[in-house]
This record gives sequence, C-alpha cells and structure tokens, in this order.
Amino acid sequence: MSISRDDVRKIAELARLEIAEDRIERMARELSAVLDYAASLGQLDLQGCEPTAFAPAEAPLREDGLDERRLTPEMALAAAPEAEQGFFLVPPIVENLNP
Amino acid sequence: MAYEAVIGLECHIQLNTRSKMFCGCPAEFGAAPNSNVCPVCLGLPGALPVTNRAAVDAAVRLGLALGCQIRSESVFARKHYFYPDMPKNYQITQYDRPLCEGGALPVRIGEETRAFELIRVHAEEDTGKSFHPERYGDRQVSRVDFNRAGVPLLELVTRPVFREPPECAAFLVALRRLVRWLGISDGDMEKGQLRCDANVSIRPVGDEAFGTKTELKNLNSIKGVEKGLTAEIARQHKVVGSGGTIEQATLLYDADHDKLAIMRSKEYAHDYRYFPEPDLPLLRVDAAWLATARERLPELPWARAERFVSRYGLPAYDAGILCDQRELADYYETMAARVDGKLASNWVMTEVLRVLKERDGSLADWSARVPAERLAGLLSRVASRELPGPLAKQVFGWMVDEPGDVDELLGRHEVKVRSSNEDLAPLVQAAIDENPGPVAQYLGGKTATLGFLVGQVMKKSGGQAVPQTVKELLEAELAKRSPAR
Amino acid sequence: MSAAREAWRLPATALAARVRAGELSVAEAVESGWEGPAAQWEAEVHAVAHADAAARAAGAAAAQRAPRPGPLQGVPVLVKDNLCTTDFPTTCASRVLAGYRPPYDATVIRRLRDAGAVVTGKGNMDEFAMGSSTEYSCYGPTRNPFDLERVPGGSSGGPAAAVAYGLCPLGLGSDTGGSVRQPAAFCGVFGLKPTYGRLSRYGLVAFGSSLDQVGIFARHAGDAAAAYAALAGPDPHDATTRLSPAPDVWRWEHGVRGLRFGWPANLWREGVEREVIEGLEEAAASLERAGAQRVPFDFLPGGYAVATYYLVATAEASSNLARFDGVRYGFRHADSPDVRALYTRTRSAGFGPEVQRRILLGTYALSAGYYDAYYLTAQRARTRIRREYQAAFMRCDLMMMPASPTLPFRLGEKTEDPLAMYLSDIFTIGANLAGIPGLTVPVGLAAGNGRPPLPRAVQLLGPDDSEPVLLAAGRALEVRGDEARLGREHETEFAWPTKQ
Repeated sequence: MSISRDDVRKIAELARLEIAEDRIERMARELSAVLDYAASLGQLDLQGCEPTAFAPAEAPLREDGLDERRLTPEMALAAAPEAEQGFFLVPPIVENLNP
Repeated sequence: MAYEAVIGLECHIQLNTRSKMFCGCPAEFGAAPNSNVCPVCLGLPGALPVTNRAAVDAAVRLGLALGCQIRSESVFARKHYFYPDMPKNYQITQYDRPLCEGGALPVRIGEETRAFELIRVHAEEDTGKSFHPERYGDRQVSRVDFNRAGVPLLELVTRPVFREPPECAAFLVALRRLVRWLGISDGDMEKGQLRCDANVSIRPVGDEAFGTKTELKNLNSIKGVEKGLTAEIARQHKVVGSGGTIEQATLLYDADHDKLAIMRSKEYAHDYRYFPEPDLPLLRVDAAWLATARERLPELPWARAERFVSRYGLPAYDAGILCDQRELADYYETMAARVDGKLASNWVMTEVLRVLKERDGSLADWSARVPAERLAGLLSRVASRELPGPLAKQVFGWMVDEPGDVDELLGRHEVKVRSSNEDLAPLVQAAIDENPGPVAQYLGGKTATLGFLVGQVMKKSGGQAVPQTVKELLEAELAKRSPAR
Repeated sequence: MSAAREAWRLPATALAARVRAGELSVAEAVESGWEGPAAQWEAEVHAVAHADAAARAAGAAAAQRAPRPGPLQGVPVLVKDNLCTTDFPTTCASRVLAGYRPPYDATVIRRLRDAGAVVTGKGNMDEFAMGSSTEYSCYGPTRNPFDLERVPGGSSGGPAAAVAYGLCPLGLGSDTGGSVRQPAAFCGVFGLKPTYGRLSRYGLVAFGSSLDQVGIFARHAGDAAAAYAALAGPDPHDATTRLSPAPDVWRWEHGVRGLRFGWPANLWREGVEREVIEGLEEAAASLERAGAQRVPFDFLPGGYAVATYYLVATAEASSNLARFDGVRYGFRHADSPDVRALYTRTRSAGFGPEVQRRILLGTYALSAGYYDAYYLTAQRARTRIRREYQAAFMRCDLMMMPASPTLPFRLGEKTEDPLAMYLSDIFTIGANLAGIPGLTVPVGLAAGNGRPPLPRAVQLLGPDDSEPVLLAAGRALEVRGDEARLGREHETEFAWPTKQ
C-alpha cells in the first residue's frame, strides 16, 4: 500500500478534513489503489518531457485601472454565514501566527 | 567563546498601484471595511486572477535598480495555508522561478558603503486583515476585512549578510529611500507599506557553518527591527551561554513591551504545497519591456550622491542627506545649476531642512511655495555680495510666507540695501577719518586692526553692508595711505 | 396554441428564428419544455437541481425586452450548477455551498444572455464535477431518460439528460476529464468540449483549472455550433483564454470530403463493449460514405492518461477547494469553538466522500516529499501525452474513438469502487490533458435484451481550434453521411427517448 493510515491522518490535517478513525483504513486502501495505478507512469518514457503546468496561452496582463466588478459591502457580505458592521465574523482566531 | 549573529531579512513592500495585483479593485488604504472587494479578491467560487502590469513593472524597476537578474519567463505559484484573512486559503506568489534574482542594495554605514546581497525579489498578493478576538454577545469572535486582500506586494529576501542589528536598520532605511525614489511605494512602516521579518542565528566567530535559525516576525518599525533583533540575539546568547541549544522557532516581537513571544513548533509546522498557478500563464518580461524600464529608471540615489560629491565638491555626508529624497535632490540640483553648489547645499541643508522640520511640511508643498529657482535668486544675490548673510536669512524668512522676488520683498519691508561701492565709499572714508589710531596701527603692520575698522563700517551701514566688500574697500583705501607704497 | 406547445421539439436555431420572427414569445419558447417534456420526465429523471419559475420568467422578460434579438433569441438553456448565475443558486451540488447565490454571472452566462438565450434552471451534477455518473450529488442522482435504472453519465448528467428528454435544446456543462462528452454519449446527444482557452472559465467554479473547459450539449450539430459561436472568444477576466478570435464554425464549407480520420483500433481491442464498437464501425462507414478517409494506426493506451489525470486534477482540486471554509459564503458548521474547528468541521460535513477522497489524494500528491514523484511526474507525462496527440494529428485531421468504453451503466454499479469509476473516463481524459477539443456524436440506439434501447455514440478529437471540422464531421454523422454542411438541422429528427 502506498499510503499508510498515518499518511491519511497527516494529509487530512493539512487539508482541514476530519476522517473518522473507522474510515481511515478504507481511505488508505482507496487512495493507495489510485496511487498504485498511477505508478504505471513509471513505464512511460519521459525522456525530454518537461513538465506541463500551463495552458499554452499568450500572456495578457491587465492595465492598472479599476473595473466594474467591485461589490458593495452589502453584496460582499450577503452570502456570509455571519457578518456585522461591514465585517465578516468568524470564531476566535487562536493561532496568532499568520505565516 | 565569542559569538556573532547572522541575520537575513525578508521585506514586504506594498506597491502604490491604483488597482490590486490580480483584479480591478482600488488598492487604497483606509476605505470602509469590505468596500474595496470583488469576486476575485474575495476568493468567490469561479473567480480568476489577471496580473496587473504596473505591479510587475514596479518589480522590474526595483530589480533593475538593485542589479538583479530579471527572468524573461517567471512563474506564479500557489502557497497553501488556511487563515481567515486569506480568501482562497492560498496565496498567489512566486516560488522556484521568481522574477528577480541576485543583486544587492548599497547602504552607507558610517564612512563606508556596503552592498548587502539579495537572493530574490518577486511580486505577490497581500492578505486581508483579521482582528484579535473580541467579545460578541456571549462568545468570542474575530472580525475579518478583505480590503487589503490582493493588494500588490513585492517580497525581497536578502542573503544572511547582516551581523549587527543597526546594519539591518540602515538597510531598511536605504530600502525605504529606494522604493520612494522609484515611486513604487510610499514605504511607510507604520501603515504596513514596508514590513520586515528576520531570520536570526548565532555562531562562534570564525565558523563557516550557520547555527540554528529562528524567525522573527512583527518588526513594524525601523526601531522595532533593531530592538527586536537585539532582544533575540541576546536571548540566543543566553541560551547558548547556559549550555542550551537553539531550537528552530518563530517569534513575535512585541515592540510596546520589548518582549518576544515564542510560538510552539506545532503551530508553525507548515507544508505549503507550492505548485505553479494554473490560472496564470508564464509571466513574460521581454527585452523591449526591460529596455523601456531601464530607460525610465531615474539616476539612483547612491549614484547621484556620488555625483554630487564629484561635481559640486560636497562632503559625502551632505550629498547623502540631499539624496535622501528624490525631490530634495532635484530641488538641490535645480539650485546648483544656478548658483555655487556648495552655497546651495549649505542653504538647503541648514535653512530649508530647518524650516521643513519646524513646520512639519512636505517637500512638495515647500517646492510650490519656494521653488528652487526662487531660492536660487536669493542665493545669487548673496554670491554677488549684494546681500549680507543676516539680511539674506531675513529675506528667506519672508520668502516662506510671502510672494515676490528678492527686490519686491526688500521693498515691501522697506529695506534699502547699501552694499554697492558707491554706497559704502563715504562710510569707509568716515571710519578711517574717525579712527586715526587703529589706522596707524594697521599701516604699521598690525593688520588685525582691520577687523575693528570693518566693524565700524558695518555699524554705520546699519548691518546692510557685506563684510567682505567692506574689507576689500578698506584694504584698497588704506593701501593708498601705506608708506611702503 | 400548438406551435408554442411543440416548440420544445425544435432545434435551438429554429426556435430562435421563430422567436425573432415573432411567431413565438420568449416566454412561450422557454415554458414549452417545462409544460411538455419536463412535466412528463423531470420527477423521475431529476435533471434539474434548481428550478425557479419566477427567475426564468424574469430571464425571459429581460430577453424579450432586449433591443436587438440575438442568435439564440428565446432559447432556454439548462446550465450546470457549477456556473455562476445571479438569478439561480450555484452550489456545485454540494452541501458546502448550500443556498449560495453568486453576486456575478459567469462570462459564458453573460454571453448566453447577450445572445438572447434564457437560463432555464441549474442542472444536477456530481458534487464539484467529481464523478462520472451524477450519483454524487447532494440533491440525489439524475437518471438516464433512456433507462431510468441507469446513470446519465457525469459529471454534467443533469444538463445532458434534460437536453435528451426535451426540457431545452441546449445545455451547458463543464468538462475536466470527460464530464460533457461521456454524459452526452450516455444520453445520446452532442457534447462539445472546446479547445482549452476558447470558452472563458470566469465564473465556472474551478475543479482542475488547467483541464476545466465549459462544454455544450445539443441535440443537433448545428445547435452546438451556434452555441459555440455565441460563447467562444477571449475574455479579459480569464488569463488562460486564447487571445486570437475563435475559429468561425459557420465558414466550414468543405463537408468531410477528403477528411482523414484516425482509427486507433488498438484502443478498443479489449475492455470495450461490443455495442460501442459497432457504433464506431457504423460511424466510420458513414464518414467514408461522405467522402472521408479512414487512417488506421496505434495510439497510446488511455490508462496512462487516467493515471496522469488523477494526480494533476486532484492536486489542482485540493487547492481550488481550499476556499470552501465557512468564512465568506456557503455552509458553516454551527459548532465551531475556534477558527481551526470551523475549517475542519465545515469541510468535513460540507464535502461528500468522493470530494474528500480527491482532496486527500491531491494534497498527498503536492505534499513535501511526494511532489516530484507524483505531481511533477504527472506533469511530465502530460507533456508526453500532448506530444502523442500532436504526432497523431500529423497523420489525420481528427481521430475517432469511443466516448466511453461502455453503454450507460446501472445506478450504484461503480459507486463502491472509485478506480472503476475513474476508468470509465479512459477515452475522454486525454483531450483535457492535451487541451484539444472533442465532440461526442450520437449514432443511434443499441437495442438490448430485456432492457430499453440505449444510446450509442462516438467521440471525435481534433487538434487545437479544430471545432469547425469536428462539428462538420458531427453533422455528417447526424445525417448519416448524406449532407455534411451545417445549417440544415431542421431536416433531421432527434432519436428521442420513449417513456417506459
């Protein structure tokens, strides 16, 4: 198996997901099945193949102007689960470190 | 064993573009909360970034000024971490292929100029702002405002080239001067337009290898940088001195209480999972772009200061002060084109800067009120000895608050300048006639009495004569009576 | 008024012509599908995630008021629930976006409205477009109108099924690994995935950003062409759109005479159902009758594309879905003592199991220590796959292959085996990795033993910007090789599903 139960716990934490203990084993198995399948790429000759990361698009940049997409605070906050006086409200931020 | 500190800085420069890094929202500071936002900078589902050309151009200009290598193709990347003021929970930044690499910033420290080497400079987006938890009904909440989210930032990372906190402070002062000089940022640390984090370690003097480093955050003023670093270096010395080892950590500096808070390691264990931003194509900066940017680059402050030394014969210190701000250097140089460079420098350094400081005014306001040409007009009268120094300073004082050129000001204040030879000849004659004793002493070789005679003429002129002119007239007149001739 | 009652049967272009001529009002054109076929089918098929009679009436009124009628005047379009609309919720069939209404229209929605079309509702889908059967929806599955025991394909199963049963002549979906082409095949309609960068992604909720492309469902090749013409082209809000103008699909005058179509028969030597292969053979013969030429060659097996895709797409998805955190919109877990708990509980309760599975996979592929082995290797493999297609298109103008290895499968057949579900995309994924356009073309029904007749289809793939050729070939197949020009849709009748 490519992925251990500890791996599942670790990546779940990174992704801010909580996987119930009784689902971890099965998740590890399912993810491993896909990764084992992905290992078939090892058989492909990748000599001279640079990684593709981009659509082969020309690169238009934006001129430094304002546009019409700006929202009013009311619109910005309309879908917020909780908001008050122009601010989004969230439960207290206890991690006092913004990396 | 003697230890030395090794410090590297990571600076963030907020750009003064009109719009944000990846959307058309205003990048201004101080708007009502969540009023400068759109689907893109709020991270709404489906929104996509489009890069602001002006922000990239600012990065290119700073890179060129610092002598960096500018990549013709660089790559935006996503940096992942969850935080409420990060709309997408990833930041668009650059990672393994940044726009600018290498380069150095020359910084004058005491009598020498040192070039502090850089690793990289790249463009990225700022985060929003979240606030400390506060009471809200029966529970605690934090407020979040996304106005700042997406404002363009440049990140500049130095090599670990600093050994002393004051060097870091001097570096930041020089960096602030440069970004203002280039017109890409206001560089105000109080407003967060220039921010600084530091990596700090200590090692035995002579060692090549680095010690374990800590990361120091929240250095929000030049003074804070110096004090925070001093505190952290002292802490590390203490740990090592008592036989301990430094552990990798992130520390927050609290400038108000001069205290360091150490974060536990679990809280900063990050795996940022960088990968190339698929929503943005390669960032291409071609030769034509570079050439234009290079052409538009102003003479840089350190080069200009050197030129002031060589061309106008200024002391290096004075040249450095004049090149603190580009507007000041321009002001000075407009004057230096019309009057003697040293005279102009003396007046700018003493009179102009004094008034600016007293009135807490900006140079722009000053230039509007007393344009360099106008002040140069006054100085040319000083240089031609038409105006004595004290009177010139009086006229300067009037200039600050009143319109008009020198003659108009003199007329308005009913001052008649008696500085021509014709004006002064009768006064010189009278002084000689009234003081036969000192005249005799002078003619007898005791030339120091000339000063007394000059004083007598000045008195008679009511302070309106120029001492040097009086002295020359007296010498000429007395020479006629010299027995030696 | 029978003209209005039967309006739903018309091709989009014909419907628009009648509305422009004043024979039908926009409201009649839009409501015809709801009054006739939807009343008959929708309760069982469940193609629509969000219906709102008032919203579509408002949309119809706005189109009716437009000073200049557009090419799609009055045409109702069911759009997938991951395209942002201001007048309908946009939830990606996910609990995490429950009730969310975007404050902006996606660029393609804007262009639809500019062309006179009316958003008639939001189509059901697999949650966040992750799935191949439209079973992973928080609203429950969509069923295949040809056989209610079977899936409509996915992830854009809702719009595909709706176009098939007659709710509307056009649908919009999104295609990240086949999510338009595979459900089009299962529902017997045309499904066009354009060249990457031809249709704006602005306002399409991202799944795999470098793979996603908005796609079109239609019952006729000409309708797909009309929709493409209205939607394609550069968008200043999407930096990955191509700057050049989109190719003009109407200027394709050549039919398919002299066209060379690649025939990579090694790909269906095993693992492909007999009826699918029969459909291919018929389609190939039909194209040959119309003057095209078959060019047999071997092609890279699709398994590599599947392997590559499930690393690239999940990595991008893990990043794109990070923003669903309960802070600014959508669902928030009520019991969140601090912000860390808010994230974990909101995301764990808000995302379904398949979405969580893919987020974990993508997080793993990007995490420190595995990036090179997985993500980077996959990106290199992607380059290799692109080159394979480029090489193939040196030898032919387009390639023909299945859109799916099977006919529509039964509900629940693959939900317990993620890898088996992933492998149903084996023929469609390559086009997304290569960025090339693909078109699913229906080729009649396969009669069966003890089951209703099921749609058969073929997939056509072409090089970048080959949409005009693909649509012309699609048109040739639609008329069985008799007339390969676009613009004569009125003469063909769609193979409608029949009520069981």
